[in-house]
Amino acid sequence: MTATLSDNDNAVTDLPSDAPPVPEGATMVTVKIERFNPEVDEDLHWESYRVPAMPTDRVLNMLHYIKWYIDGTLTFRRSCAHGVCGSDAMRINGVNRLACKVLMKDMFAKSGETTLTVEPIKGLSVEKDLLVDMEPFFEAYKAIKPYLVTTGNDPSRERTQSVAERERFDDTTKCILCAACTTSCPVYWSEGSYFGPAAIVNAHRFIFDSRDEAAEERLDILNDIDGVWRCRTTFNCTDACPQGIQVTKAIQEVKRALMFRRR
Amino acid sequence: MASTTATAAEASRRESLPRARGKLYRGDLGMWSWVAHRITGVLTFFFLFVHVLDTALVRVSPNAYDTVINTYKHPLMILFELGLLAAVLFHAFNGIRVMLVDFWSEGPRFQRPMLWTVIVLWLVLMIPAAISMLTRAATELFGG
Repeated sequence: MTATLSDNDNAVTDLPSDAPPVPEGATMVTVKIERFNPEVDEDLHWESYRVPAMPTDRVLNMLHYIKWYIDGTLTFRRSCAHGVCGSDAMRINGVNRLACKVLMKDMFAKSGETTLTVEPIKGLSVEKDLLVDMEPFFEAYKAIKPYLVTTGNDPSRERTQSVAERERFDDTTKCILCAACTTSCPVYWSEGSYFGPAAIVNAHRFIFDSRDEAAEERLDILNDIDGVWRCRTTFNCTDACPQGIQVTKAIQEVKRALMFRRR
Repeated sequence: MASTTATAAEASRRESLPRARGKLYRGDLGMWSWVAHRITGVLTFFFLFVHVLDTALVRVSPNAYDTVINTYKHPLMILFELGLLAAVLFHAFNGIRVMLVDFWSEGPRFQRPMLWTVIVLWLVLMIPAAISMLTRAATELFGG
């Protein structure tokens, strides 16, 4: 309960005596986590834990092990734990990933001891440990009107659309709002006001939807100084997306739609 | 949604919380090309700045201009010329890549092959340039 928080990088918390037996085939790994407790700590600091890892374990299992058997104060978000809800985006070995989608066998060092580093995503305030304040992220999302906008009477049946029309924005429908892309963007880290890749992806989903009638409105919002033109095409977002969305491509399509106003 | 006052309180609370810093972000290759593009751009800007200044010296007096231009003839300045060539070539080629990513619909898909092309083109031009310029500097410094 009153675990002493060490600022020493080298201090590694080992397995407690009442931990469950280490399964056969498990490798001991060091999990280094950037931690912060607002009630005790002045600033972020690193803590390390020794954890048994099976090749089939995911990084999320390492965090569970620490929380359940070593230090119950470790705080992080996770819900479905299967890469659908988008709660557990974090920086794993320096890149944004979902902890529930990264297998430990891909994290093992080629030779010697494996050290796994886990940090909160960048560019958002850290509330506690790996949990960040997502509100600025969702504010940008809400600002681009992420819902169907139509005029006139509703049709008596479905709003129909051809296969090709549906295909046009298929890629950007996959977004799970995990913020991995937005917090991988160097522009987002420094310019707190940039909409960020996720908001643009969700704008793209409606801008290129043949049933929607507010494309011009959304394009105007994204034509703003903090809109798509902030994108410097670093492709970090495309690399970070756990859903494989071609994020940079979507942003570029919005840029071109703005330049040529052609859909 | 929170009211305006709550939003202000929320904003000040947010300010007091730290941001993750940690290690360097292991970004996509595209991020490193962007970093290199920035650095070479700034270097080229500084060259242009100095270049405008030394050319403007002609307005002060032709002698002052000659003195400054003579310092450029020192063989060690060849190293700076080589650096300038490297910066301008990378910035130019990568600039074309960035424009293609922006304007060509297939650009984002081919950003990596295009970056490799930029690097290969840069090396193909830089290696002979470096050899010829450095041998010239060496012969001028140590005698042929």
